[in-house]
Amino acid sequence: MSHDEHAAPVEKKFFTTGMKILTAIMVSGLSFGLYRMVFGLEASTNLDDQFPLGLWIGVDVATGVALAAGGFTSGALVYVFQREHFHAIIRPALLTAMLGYTFVGVGLMFDLGRWYNIWHPAIPFMWQGNSVLFEVGMCVMIYLNVLYLEFAPIVCERFIGRVNLPWKFARFNDLIDIVLRFADHILGKIMFIFILLGIVLSCCHQSSLGTLLVIAPYKMHALYSSAWGPLFFLTSAFAVGLTMVVFESMIASRAFGREPEMHILTPVSKIIPYLLGIYIAVKLGDMISRETYKFLLEGSAPVIMFWIEFGLLTVVPFFMFMSSDVRRSPRGLFVAASMYIVGILLNRSTVFFIAYEPLYAAKAYIPAFAEFALTIGLICAIMFVYRLAVTFLPVLPAAEEH
Amino acid sequence: MSTNRRSFIKQAAGIGSLALFGKKAHASRLQVSPDQFGVLVDITRCVGCRSCEQACNEINEDLPRKSPETFKDTSVQEKRRRMDYSAYTVVNRYENRNNPGMPVYAKFQCMHCLYPACESACIVGAFERQANGAVIYDAWKCIGCRYCMAACPFQVPAYEFSNVLTPQVRKCTFCFETRLTQGGMPACVQSCPMEVMTFGKRNSLIKIARERIKKYPARYVNHIYGENEVGGTTWMYISSVPFQDIDLPHLGYHPAPGYTEPIQHAIFKWFLPPAAVFAGLGGIWWYLKNKKSDE
Repeated sequence: MSHDEHAAPVEKKFFTTGMKILTAIMVSGLSFGLYRMVFGLEASTNLDDQFPLGLWIGVDVATGVALAAGGFTSGALVYVFQREHFHAIIRPALLTAMLGYTFVGVGLMFDLGRWYNIWHPAIPFMWQGNSVLFEVGMCVMIYLNVLYLEFAPIVCERFIGRVNLPWKFARFNDLIDIVLRFADHILGKIMFIFILLGIVLSCCHQSSLGTLLVIAPYKMHALYSSAWGPLFFLTSAFAVGLTMVVFESMIASRAFGREPEMHILTPVSKIIPYLLGIYIAVKLGDMISRETYKFLLEGSAPVIMFWIEFGLLTVVPFFMFMSSDVRRSPRGLFVAASMYIVGILLNRSTVFFIAYEPLYAAKAYIPAFAEFALTIGLICAIMFVYRLAVTFLPVLPAAEEH
Repeated sequence: MSTNRRSFIKQAAGIGSLALFGKKAHASRLQVSPDQFGVLVDITRCVGCRSCEQACNEINEDLPRKSPETFKDTSVQEKRRRMDYSAYTVVNRYENRNNPGMPVYAKFQCMHCLYPACESACIVGAFERQANGAVIYDAWKCIGCRYCMAACPFQVPAYEFSNVLTPQVRKCTFCFETRLTQGGMPACVQSCPMEVMTFGKRNSLIKIARERIKKYPARYVNHIYGENEVGGTTWMYISSVPFQDIDLPHLGYHPAPGYTEPIQHAIFKWFLPPAAVFAGLGGIWWYLKNKKSDE
C-alpha cells in the first residue's frame, strides 16, 4: 500500500553457517523430488490403491495452505479492521503467504501423476463445478496471482529510481523505471480490491479443503467424519494465520540477532485465543451433537492423534495464549505458537491419511523416506527464498539505529 | 458407527437446506434413465472359476497381458484380492456362515453408480456417467490427483503408481466401447459358464431379483445390494450370506455426491455468498476508515 512503512532490506551476510546447513538439507531433500520425477510414485512413495493421498497432500498441500493463512488474516486485521499499528506484520506475512502458496503448487507437482496436466482445471470445457477440488484448485490458482499482485509494490518500491541493468541492457533502465512507477501507481489505487479478494478467496478454499473428504464419510473415523469439516478448516485457518505471523516474526528476529517485536506480537497474540476459541467451540459442539465423545477412550490411531493434535496441541496453546504472562514472554509465546502450528500439521495429516480408513487396507500407510525428505526439502526451500527475499527487498522492519 | 452415519446424513441435509438450495444439486448431471442397463450378480451361482477375469483381460487390451493359464490358478483366492492396475475385476472366496463346508464366491468390479462419487469429485470431469449406465474415465483429461480413489464408496479406482510419465486410473469400463455401444453385453457377463450375471435393463433386473428372492426365500438374503445403496448402482447383487460377509460395505442409501455438493453449491450459489463477504468486508473497512478520519 503506502511506502511509509520503514521496511528495509536486511543488511546481513547471506551465507551464514546456519544458511549453509539449510541449503545442504534443501538440496538433498529436493533431490528426492528429482528421484520421484525420474522413477515415479511407486518407487518414491508408500501410496497404494487404498491410500491414494499421503504426506504430500496432507502436509505440503493442506498444511501448507493452512500455515500460509497469515497473509489474509493479517490483511483483514490491518486494513479491513483498521489496526494500522500492526502494520509491520503485513509484509513478512504477505511474503510467507506468497512463498507458502507457491510451494503448495510446487509440492503438488510432485504428487500429481500427470503433473504436466496441472493447468487442465483452468480450461473451460474441463470445468467441473460439482467438484470440491475444482473449487480449491481455482481459488488457490487465482489467489496465488492475487498474492503476487499484493507483493508487487514491494518490488516496485525497491527498484523505482534504482533500476541499474548492466552492460547493453542499461538502455532499458528508463523504460523499466517508467513501467514500475506506472504499475506502482495503479496498484496503489486498486490494491483494496485485491486485499478484499484475497480474503474472500482464502475463506473459500481454506474451508473447501475441509470439505474434500466429506464425500467419503464411510471411510473416515467417526471423530473426523463430520459435515462441519469446512468450518473446522476455516476457523482453524483464522487462528493459525495469526499464530504463524507471531511465529515467523520471532524466528526472523532470532535469525537476524534482533530483539523480538513484542510491542506488536503481544497485542496481536491477544486476538488468537478468540479465534482459537471459536474453532474449539465448533469442534466440541460437533462432538456433542454427533455423540462422538464415546470414541475418545478407544485406542485407535485416529483417537490417539485426536488427543495429541486437539487436546495437547490446540487446547493447551489456547490456554497459553489466554494468559497475559505468556503473551508478554517471548519464550512462552514462542512455545505456544510452535505447539499450535504442530497441532495444525498433525490435524491436517490426520484428516488426510490417519483418520482416513479405507475399506480394504491390507497395511497401514507410513510415508516413505523420500516423501519425508522431499517435504523437508520444500520447507527448507521456503526458508531459503524467504531469507533471499528479505535480504534484497524491503520486507522486514528496518533495524533500529543504535 | 451407524448412528453416527445417520447423524452425519442429518447434518449434511441440515447444511444443505440451511441456505435455501439443494434442490438443483444435480442439475448439471445426466438424469438417470429408466432405460439404462444393469447387471444382476447372483453370487449363489458363482463357483469362482475366474472365467470372467480372463474374459476381462482378453477384451481390455490396454491391461497388462496375462496368459490363460494365469486364470486357472485358484490358489490366489486364499487371499482377499482387490482390483488393481492390471485387473478390472477379481473373484474372491469367502467363508459361508450358513454352510461352513461350502465357500461362497463374489466377483467385484466398478459398480457404475447412478450418482458416482468419482464423477462428482473429479477436478477436470474425467469421469462421466453415460446414458446406458457406464461410468467412463478419460485419461486425457486426468491430472492424476487421485481424489476419485479417496471419494469412491466402494474403493474401486486403482492407479498405475509404477507408470512414471502417463499413469492412469484403472477401473472397469462396463465394456462401454468394446461391446456396449455395439449392442453387446460386457465380456465378463458373456463368459460366465454358471450364468452368475444377468445383463439387461436395470428396472427389469430388479424385478427378476425380487422374483428369485420370493421364490427361494431360504436361499437368499432378502435384499438387493445396489438397488438403493448410495442412491443405486448399475451392478447389483443378491446373496445367500449377508453382504458384509462378502466385502460389500454397508453404505446406506444416500448418494455420495449428496454429502459435498449441497455444501459446495451453497457456498457458491450464484456467487452470492462470496460477493456478500467481499461487500461486507469492504463496508467494514470503509466505515472504520471514515470513523477514524473523523476523530
